[in-house]
Amino acid sequence: MNNRLIHWFKFASPQSFYPLAGKMIPWFWGLAAIFFVAGLYIGFFVAPTDFQQGEGYRIIFVHVPAAWMSMFIYLVMAFWAGLGLALNTRLSSMMAQALAPTGAIMAFLSLWTGAWWGKPMWGAWWVWDARLTSALILFFLYIGFIALQAAIDDARRADKAGAILALVGVVNVPIIYFSVQWWNTLHQGASVSLTRAPTMATTMLWGMLIMALAFWMYSIAVALMRVRAIILEREAHTEWVKELPEVKN
Amino acid sequence: MNWESPAAFFAMGGYGLYVWGSFGACALLMIAEPILAAKRRRDILRSLRRERLAETLDSQGTE
Repeated sequence: MNNRLIHWFKFASPQSFYPLAGKMIPWFWGLAAIFFVAGLYIGFFVAPTDFQQGEGYRIIFVHVPAAWMSMFIYLVMAFWAGLGLALNTRLSSMMAQALAPTGAIMAFLSLWTGAWWGKPMWGAWWVWDARLTSALILFFLYIGFIALQAAIDDARRADKAGAILALVGVVNVPIIYFSVQWWNTLHQGASVSLTRAPTMATTMLWGMLIMALAFWMYSIAVALMRVRAIILEREAHTEWVKELPEVKN
Repeated sequence: MNWESPAAFFAMGGYGLYVWGSFGACALLMIAEPILAAKRRRDILRSLRRERLAETLDSQGTE
């Protein structure tokens, strides 16, 4: 127990996490590449044409993974931000800061691909449906988090303010998730849920799940790249950063 | 196999604009983001190296 605690705290310091993250990044890029190739192959060449939506349904192979990641990254970001607020651990706040742009991009992509699906299928780029509106609010929460952190010069105070915003915004995630049940508006219900069997063709489901894994690996890889830059920016004054081989040469 | 020809693949059964508009935006952002993240690290490394150089030059000057 004691040993495990020590181990965890060891990687909670930016100094030991920085090289560890550097070692992990290529692995996550490799996994992302494999899953992207497999997912795109299934999505375009194996999954059959949808009998209602024709080929237009193939947008879901990026729409659903982006939407899932936008919600999941928000939860992870709020978790790290909250941990940083409660325990005053520097690295967790840096993780939250590193995740925010990736989450914002995922939220944007879910809205963008949704619009390009909605135009041919619903006849409108945008409607003020409960799902769409709450997803738009999620995008604004990411932008607000990034802007708030950027507006405060002192990094530790910026972390605290950002953490409170991130934690308050968590309430929006279940609203997005359940919006299709609570309000009977335009966006269709979930085809994949934790409690029921999925209601879609098996190859379509596999394509979507593998694309989701690809988005997942991508997000981890790019967030680790960004957190390494943030660690260097924030720890610039420390001895260990000055002694790094990439700084000395 | 779903597609008769490359042209049919790009046409996406009449949904080409919407399908490629979606996948294209994803590809664009998911290529740009890691490039920007790598640039951010390169930038801070460059300024750290410059600072280190300035410090060594300073200490040499005062000797």
